[in-house]
Amino acid sequence: MKQNAVIDENTGYTTEDGRKIGGVMMDLRNITLRFGGVEAIKNISFDIREGEIRAIIGPNGAGKSSMLNVISGFYKPQEGEVYFRGEKRPPLKPYQVARQGVARTFQNIALFEGMSVLDNIMTGRMGHIKSNMLSQAIWAGKAQREENENREAVERIIDFLEIQAIRKTPVGRLPYGLKKRVELARALAAEPDLLLLDEPMAGMNVEEKEDMSRFILDVNDEFGTTTALIEHDMGVVMDLSDRVVVMDYGRKIGDGTPQEVRNNQEVIDAYLGVAHD
Amino acid sequence: MLYREAGDFKTTYVADSQTFPLKLDRIGFWVTLAVAWLVIPFVINDYWASSLLVPFLIYAIAAIGLNILTGYCGQVSLGTGGFMAVGAYACYKLMTSFPDVNIMIHIVLAGGITAMVGAAFGLPSLRIKGFYLAVATLAAQFFLVWLFNKVSWFYNYSASGQINAPERFVAGVAVTGPNTPAWAQYLICLFFVTICAVIARNLTRGTIGRSWMAIRDMDIAAEIIGVNPLKAKLTAFAVSSFFVGVAGALFFAVYLGAVEVGEAFGIQKSFLVLFMIIIGGLGSIFGSFAGAAFLVLLPVALKWLGVDVMGWPTDLVAHFQLVIVGALIMFFLIKEPHGLAQLWRLAKEKLRLWPFPY
Repeated sequence: MKQNAVIDENTGYTTEDGRKIGGVMMDLRNITLRFGGVEAIKNISFDIREGEIRAIIGPNGAGKSSMLNVISGFYKPQEGEVYFRGEKRPPLKPYQVARQGVARTFQNIALFEGMSVLDNIMTGRMGHIKSNMLSQAIWAGKAQREENENREAVERIIDFLEIQAIRKTPVGRLPYGLKKRVELARALAAEPDLLLLDEPMAGMNVEEKEDMSRFILDVNDEFGTTTALIEHDMGVVMDLSDRVVVMDYGRKIGDGTPQEVRNNQEVIDAYLGVAHD
Repeated sequence: MLYREAGDFKTTYVADSQTFPLKLDRIGFWVTLAVAWLVIPFVINDYWASSLLVPFLIYAIAAIGLNILTGYCGQVSLGTGGFMAVGAYACYKLMTSFPDVNIMIHIVLAGGITAMVGAAFGLPSLRIKGFYLAVATLAAQFFLVWLFNKVSWFYNYSASGQINAPERFVAGVAVTGPNTPAWAQYLICLFFVTICAVIARNLTRGTIGRSWMAIRDMDIAAEIIGVNPLKAKLTAFAVSSFFVGVAGALFFAVYLGAVEVGEAFGIQKSFLVLFMIIIGGLGSIFGSFAGAAFLVLLPVALKWLGVDVMGWPTDLVAHFQLVIVGALIMFFLIKEPHGLAQLWRLAKEKLRLWPFPY
């Protein structure tokens, strides 16, 4: 696969806080997704640029999570194309998409409850394992070397997200806020190019939201990870994101910087409702 | 006081990911291994070998195998008996077709053949889950038993329909056939148990084990974060069947010597091994041993208590045994789904703090 093939000649822009945003990493063109007779996504196009924090917002049932599922390969859209790094993505299985460098978290936490925090995060590195089963069975040579390299990488993320103390705890015993953080750690362990966060702050109190926001910004800042997130807390969205897509009833009703979106009449109508006369 | 981790610092990831992180556990493990290898072979007699130790070791291998599939990968299987039969018949065909090859190689090859058969019967698991998969493996159980009864090529056209293990030697000592000394029976089983347990432990603590457990705990999330479900499920079926096949080969060649498939590898065997891992502990290698020991020991202990001590009639004791096993299964499913292994783990956690729990 070609790396860093930029299709958009109009390369990037600079954000208000001076971060340099690169060319288009993921380009979604005319995506339509149907479940039987229901059109969950109607002909939506937008792009995600290298290094950017891109938010997808919209009222409940707007099709935001479906959109994320299309990006991560879990849903196959009936129409439209997904371009990743300038190349049209063939229909891939979700794990193949993951191995291309797309990692995600889930709206309802989807951790492996029976495993420890460490094992959960190590599972995130599945795409980095090359040793075969035989060498794993005798636990020597390549398998062990790889295990230790991956452990080192995972420990860096554990440090980064400040979850050292719960490393060996079974995930089932953790409180909600920490589970969310472990899930972020598991996604980061894959060292993704594109990180998808489905409501990373749902159900959190103010302090936890602040922590999580700080982590998202730090991840973007330190690893340069491109992030697409769905979030309902408008304050958070407006503060974090560089550009925002607004969806309503499966349609795209707005796209632009937080400031632009905030002043978009259609967006205001969707959120506040309009008088039908 | 003695059993604790305070002061037992790990400075490398290798040390931190070892099987027994606590020193006392490590010592216990090596002592057990030393006793098993260096003491028991010298004191063993026919009674101990044939009624306790050899079946325990063989069932331990089968239980490890099923535990990998059901306990670690979450795919319920009721086909264990059938897969043991594959191991047994593969071993028999190999023994009779290539009499000059060492029996140890035959047993490993029998495991390999069972692995392939297991992976083939694991294919439905890609589409179906839970109860439905259990029913599909149940079909495998009945189909395989039927196959070995029906196709006389498998039992070399013998009139009785049985298979009999011919005498084979390892290093000049008979390990199969009627002249096998008890210690040789025991040692060959111990050899395979040791290797299987180490392999199972290494697989389950590493990458592949994590992909199995990820599939078990949440298969959709596992796939989205990069676990290939096809590979994870089929390797689980293959590895599991390998162990079950080795157990079946040993059960036939070393333990029983002569086998009629419906009797030795019927559905009861599938359930027996399933009960072992439920009572012992799903998702635990130690639990496989504990469950196998428990269910092998229970009938012997009950018989001793009922017939020899209390003087009750044998059939009454046999019925009691069924009642007790049934009650225990229910007890464990309700009270402690993780079985004896979890009880042991909890006891150890308490012991770490004892005698000052706060």
